[in-house]
Amino acid sequence: MTDQAAASPAPMITMQGVNKWFGSFQVLTDINLLVRTGEKIVLCGPSGSGKSTLIRCINHLEPYQGGQIVVDGTRLIEDAGVIDAIRREVGMVFQQFNLFPHLTVLENCVLAPMRSRGVSRAEADATARRLLDRVKILNQADKFPAQLSGGQQQRVAIARALCMEPKVMLFDEPTSALDPEMVKEVLDTMVGLAEDGMTMICVTHEMGFARQVADRVIFMASGVIVEEAAPQDFFGNPRHERTRKFLGEILPRH
Amino acid sequence: MNGSEFLFLLTGLKWTLFLSAIGFVCGAASGLGIALARTSGIRPLEQATAGYIALFQGTPLLMQLFVVYYGLALVGLKLDAWLSVAIGFTLHASAFLGEIWRGSIEAVPKGQTEAAKALSLGYVSRMRDVILPQALRISLPATIGFLVQLIKGTSLAAIVGFTELARAGTIISNQIFKPLLVFGVVGVLYFLICWPLSLYGARLERRLAAASH
Repeated sequence: MTDQAAASPAPMITMQGVNKWFGSFQVLTDINLLVRTGEKIVLCGPSGSGKSTLIRCINHLEPYQGGQIVVDGTRLIEDAGVIDAIRREVGMVFQQFNLFPHLTVLENCVLAPMRSRGVSRAEADATARRLLDRVKILNQADKFPAQLSGGQQQRVAIARALCMEPKVMLFDEPTSALDPEMVKEVLDTMVGLAEDGMTMICVTHEMGFARQVADRVIFMASGVIVEEAAPQDFFGNPRHERTRKFLGEILPRH
Repeated sequence: MNGSEFLFLLTGLKWTLFLSAIGFVCGAASGLGIALARTSGIRPLEQATAGYIALFQGTPLLMQLFVVYYGLALVGLKLDAWLSVAIGFTLHASAFLGEIWRGSIEAVPKGQTEAAKALSLGYVSRMRDVILPQALRISLPATIGFLVQLIKGTSLAAIVGFTELARAGTIISNQIFKPLLVFGVVGVLYFLICWPLSLYGARLERRLAAASH
């Protein structure tokens, strides 16, 4: 293990024995997860299994109660400065896009770099235009979110997160709120991002995407990591009964 | 009613507008602070401001003006009638606007705060750049509605001897003994100020409703 670790890229995210409760209900139980720089992880599982909660702990949208999380060498503790520092390195894309409706696409993208990284307007503008171009939506830069389709909004949300130049991207069911014909444009954007070497954790039921880009697929149920395997093993030879049952329910649709 | 008497009414109207403006602007500034404290997540702040709002919503404006006018004099602060009335209206407006804006801040979807946090925006930027612009939009119809109430409420300032529009009307009416005519004119003047505002508020409300569909 040590030899292998020395040869592998540095850990980007480490979760050790993470526990979390909502009141008396335990949503995460003893989560151990190591994500190395450049790795792409797909997290799946039935609804309520805690997969969204897990990634929301990484950027402290949810506090956790036991164990520890380390992001890029920084231990996540209850300290505003530390939380801010980690959030600057961790981008997130939400199921409901959560674009700021009163700002144009471009303004959505430049706000955080200017306010939280202290980047100049001109520089933020240039970065935003480059990234909007990358997600193929630069021609909509001056529109408001409500004027765009769901798929376009989600691509803007991806560009907005990338404008902070994060080291990790978290995707929380990014295609679940989209009409079927828009899923592909968002997945294509994510595949492109993966090919460029971004470290990614994606909560998604898009198993085609998992097969194509994931280094590992993680299956969660009832707040526990049940199975963790490379995609070919995960889909070809799932070890656990619950995984088989879940795949049986989800795969025929794809 | 001759020209100079009508002009006297207009002077009263000027003070009515002035008092409304002061109450609204100062009340808005402190009301914003109250709304932020009320949604801060800091329990003592939330409870203190909740108590403040309950106090001012649960007592008549007239009584609030009395308490400020006589209360401040009692503790040795001898203020002009207009200043104590302005303080009274500011306190009153801050409580009501604070409550209106608290509701609006809470009406902004939670995802907006989460997205702002995930982008590592601090509290100040989160509020100024993301939440408040949206909350303000949501609150506009109610805010304008309250402004109309405030303008009409300034007529209560007459009771402590402040010569705004209503008291100017009383004075003229006592001079020319035509109360119906004088107060009819006074009423029309109030109406000409308040009605356009109400129309504007209703229009904003319709536009807001259309935008959210």
